[in-house]
Amino acid sequence: MSNVKEILFGPIFNDNPIGLQILGICSALAVTTKMSVALVMCIALTLVTAFSNLFISLIRNRIPSSIRIIVQMTIIASLVIVVDQILGAVAYDISKQLTVFVGLIITNCIVMGRAEAFAMQNPPGLSFLDGIGNGLGYSVVLMTVAAIRELIGSGSLFGFEILPLVTNGGWYSPMGLMLLPPSAFFIIGMLIWALRAWKTEQVEAADYSIGGHTALSRG
Amino acid sequence: MFEYYLSLFIKAVFIENMALVFFLGMCTFIAISKKIETAIGLGIAVIVVQAITVPVNNLIFQYLLADGALAWAGMPDVDLSFLGYLSYIGVIAAIVQILEMFLDKYVPALYNSLGVFLPLITVNCAILGASLFMVNRSYNFGESIVYGIGAGVGWAIAIVVLAGIREKLKYSDVPKGLEGLGITFITVGLMSLGFMSFGGISL
Repeated sequence: MSNVKEILFGPIFNDNPIGLQILGICSALAVTTKMSVALVMCIALTLVTAFSNLFISLIRNRIPSSIRIIVQMTIIASLVIVVDQILGAVAYDISKQLTVFVGLIITNCIVMGRAEAFAMQNPPGLSFLDGIGNGLGYSVVLMTVAAIRELIGSGSLFGFEILPLVTNGGWYSPMGLMLLPPSAFFIIGMLIWALRAWKTEQVEAADYSIGGHTALSRG
Repeated sequence: MFEYYLSLFIKAVFIENMALVFFLGMCTFIAISKKIETAIGLGIAVIVVQAITVPVNNLIFQYLLADGALAWAGMPDVDLSFLGYLSYIGVIAAIVQILEMFLDKYVPALYNSLGVFLPLITVNCAILGASLFMVNRSYNFGESIVYGIGAGVGWAIAIVVLAGIREKLKYSDVPKGLEGLGITFITVGLMSLGFMSFGGISL
């Protein structure tokens, strides 16, 4: 039972796909200017990861290893087509805002990475949970970044005004930088710093360390 | 005419830089930018693959998938555009595979220098992203060639620059916890800020 819990909740902080495994960063940055858009993206990605893990795990013993990438791609692409069609039918406005990023779930490294690293070796039930867990880990980071960017950039959360804007007679003048691409990089960098300050075992070993005064004077 | 294509190219390279403005291909961008040589190899591979896949996907979209595209086969009511994702990724995987075999046989020097990066390119979001943008903005065949090359060049420039910065960064004293991934993100953010300045140029 503890194993199941580890698989489901481990990826959220201990083995976060974005913070530690460096997977799926592309969309993490691009769709985070608004929380509602980010939420839809999270749900879509979690479902695709979970179901692709499930299906790949079901047929894992029948996939010849030489063509496994193509097989995985086909399954993932089909799932993404389903998600895209559903979004287009149910949440048309948001799917327009996501533009190409729904399609890019196909090449999102989280989906491929989990299929390759987990689903190919484990039974379907566990693989499904692993997909959900990694989807959640991705969602936590995505929603945090989106919350920061939307709150500071437009003074609102999920489109509701939290900080009254100057243009509407309030006091808060929004910081436009937060809505521009660079801010996403800064926020993710800071989040990783915060996560590693809290969980120190995730700190990477330095390639090169600076010596003391003797080393400096010599060269 | 030439002027139009030139401005499309410049736009794809600088103003709409794949890596720094649209965040595409980030996984490889961050993971494989520790050395300048490997970054150059990967950059060239991306340019080559983009220059081939975007026009090919453009032809597939125009003559097979778009609404009414099958009119030449006597089926004017068929709309296969929902098959887009599957076809594009299939085309990309196939072209990368063919390119790998071709280079192995005829240009072994380039093949050896690209090494493991060629197969990796299949799952690079920048490649699929360029094809999707091409469909989204309904480029024609000529435009798609220019856009494909431009998108590849933009991505290659970004990764080579980042690799250059990271080689220097290795010797600087970065706070614990920010080392590696964290400082790389902040560096990329600063680069992205630099590229924002191209945003004001209207072509």
